[in-house]
Amino acid sequence: MSSVKVELKPHQVEKIKEICKSFNNSEGELINVLHKVQSEFGYLPAEVQEVVSEELHTPVAKVYGVVTFYSFFTMTPKGRHPISICTGTACYVRGAENVLEEFKKQLNIQVGETSGDGKFSLSCLRCVGACGLAPVVLVGDKTYGRVSPEGVEDILKEYQE
Amino acid sequence: MSLVNIIIDDKKIKVEEGTTIFKAAKMAGIHIPVLCYMNLEDLNIESKPGGCRICVVEVEGRRNLAPSCSTNVFEGMVIHTHSMRVLNARRTVLELILSDHPKDCLSCAKSGNCDLQDMAIKFGIRETPYDEFASTSQYRLDTSPSIIREMDKCIMCRRCETMCNNFQTVGALSAVNRGFMAVVAPPFEMNLENSNCTYCGQCVAVCPTGALTEVDHTNRVISALADPTKKVVVQTAPAVRAALGEEFGLEPGTLVTGKLVTALRTLGFDYVFDTDFAADLTIMEEGAELLDRLTKFLGGDKSVKLPMLTSCCPAWVNFFEKQFPDMLEIPSTARSPQQMFGSVAKSYFSEVENIKREDMVVVSIMPCLAKKYECQRDEFAVDGNPDVDLSISTRELAALIKRANIDFTSLQDSDYDNPMGESTGAAVIFGTTGGVIEAATRTAYELHTGETLENVDFKQLRGMEGIRYATVDFKGIPINIGIAHGLGNARVLLEEVRAGKSNLHAIEIMACPGGCIGGGGQPLHHGDSLKLAKRAEAIYREDAGKPIRKSHENPHIIELYEKYLGKPLGEKSHKLLHTHYFDRSVHKIQI
Repeated sequence: MSSVKVELKPHQVEKIKEICKSFNNSEGELINVLHKVQSEFGYLPAEVQEVVSEELHTPVAKVYGVVTFYSFFTMTPKGRHPISICTGTACYVRGAENVLEEFKKQLNIQVGETSGDGKFSLSCLRCVGACGLAPVVLVGDKTYGRVSPEGVEDILKEYQE
Repeated sequence: MSLVNIIIDDKKIKVEEGTTIFKAAKMAGIHIPVLCYMNLEDLNIESKPGGCRICVVEVEGRRNLAPSCSTNVFEGMVIHTHSMRVLNARRTVLELILSDHPKDCLSCAKSGNCDLQDMAIKFGIRETPYDEFASTSQYRLDTSPSIIREMDKCIMCRRCETMCNNFQTVGALSAVNRGFMAVVAPPFEMNLENSNCTYCGQCVAVCPTGALTEVDHTNRVISALADPTKKVVVQTAPAVRAALGEEFGLEPGTLVTGKLVTALRTLGFDYVFDTDFAADLTIMEEGAELLDRLTKFLGGDKSVKLPMLTSCCPAWVNFFEKQFPDMLEIPSTARSPQQMFGSVAKSYFSEVENIKREDMVVVSIMPCLAKKYECQRDEFAVDGNPDVDLSISTRELAALIKRANIDFTSLQDSDYDNPMGESTGAAVIFGTTGGVIEAATRTAYELHTGETLENVDFKQLRGMEGIRYATVDFKGIPINIGIAHGLGNARVLLEEVRAGKSNLHAIEIMACPGGCIGGGGQPLHHGDSLKLAKRAEAIYREDAGKPIRKSHENPHIIELYEKYLGKPLGEKSHKLLHTHYFDRSVHKIQI
């Protein structure tokens, strides 16, 4: 998994330690700790994993193993507006693939990547329970239904800063 | 524990409740095939991720097949271990594993010694039908001074992970990613060289396929032997003679010392010497250092640190340099026997024989993979010329002997050359856990008390338990000794020392299970840990049969000090036979 190099500031290290402590620095709480830390930092770069490893007295290899196993965890920062395209069965048969291709083309990034300006990131998910609106796209917390490749540009325009 | 009645392949047996189907079957004489499962009973190491599903069996009344390695028996259980359904399922599982496995068996380092290959033979696999559907994963080849990781061949049995994390507590390896990309790797998929790896080689020792192998230097040895301008000197570690025979079909525990010497001479080595000679030398230096530290400590000198830790094991040295950099003053400064040998061979011996340093090649035969790294350390070279040029494992030597068309089992015995081939029983036992400290005790006792030991067997120091404690009475002074094999056990003792809770005076540590006899370069045990105990017995048998059993009585060692070194811990000894340690902790992430 590719990673971004970061230098943690002292208060950030303190924050991670605090989170670990709130779980009694217990090795068995590794997944919960990583959840909390990711919600704090947005992602889990190698440097963050090192601190977690030290605090929970567990090898960093194992921490990295957990981070790479669960698709929820990420080592690259998400964009300010994370885009998720549903590729569940219903959305897929109604053309989600073409919508995804259009997003890739317009943003010039692949699934799992973040645009150079840090604005958008692209991911796929399986079913948000809105199959009647297929194909469905989520940007942040906002849901778009019946999206066509032609509508992609309009969606992105909404987020011009 | 209560007993339960089960029927397994029509055999009615009673077994303890909580027994796995696999173990129950074994008791009934039925050997269910396993691939990911590993049980080193004598060492208390069990790994059963239940991941490969090769060991599935049919249990009457159960809908799906049960993995026998991780399913417990219950009262009245009826099991079929080779029904049509079971055999078909196993074949499919194997075909699926093979679909994502390279098919380069002809040129694979593990060919002929591979559990996966054995399984394919056992099941009569002639084609691999799922190849076209599998996306064969490809990983970067990772080469380090000792170990090669060829992860395309990893089948995710995770035995290496168990050894690295649970047994050794090194923590260099973990399963990462998922699906076809799943693999066992160091953190952030960095190279092994940049990780916490100690090169103990226990991952290699348990790997069922060619995913983890040693760096092979046999061709370099052949080149050196073929070079008319080089004088090639070879040294053999104590544990090699107790295991090499297994590679030629001899019973585990067969001593092949004499045949080993003949084989090396036949291969063309100019001088066939013994690392045991250097082990005796190690005892002279380490024993003197222990006595010196003890005398000062008991005399109230607060600057002296105790316990003293042995320093013969290179994986152990890597372990404390990487994980206990705050305790670098505690281990003995004595170099390992391999390095003492190289240093003396390229100084004293090269002077005696009038061979220029650059014209001499020193090869070591070791049960160990960390020795490959050790001999490449900068501090063990003079002007870039290493004291020990090449280190090959017991397995590599066996391969060399086979390649040279030598019929090993029919060889006559012969003796080592002198002066560096003479050794005592004390040196031989360096190959097994407890041996180094027993050898040191034999010498330190006599030097300290001035009396001759009536019985040199310190049985309280022997055994296979991971951590052992013993007290030896030095005529009124009780010397507390600790012994650990396996780095996880070493960590326990080390944490006690760090916390100031240890009352030990001396600690012996060997990284591998059973000591060097279970080293990462030894013939593969394929899960049979009883082999290690047999090798240990062989080592003690060789010791008992030696005319001299105390290092300080080795006549060639006495001569070496008289003619060349002076005295233990003297100026020349210090320069040639001692070393210092470095903080090699992995602070910075190097991806």
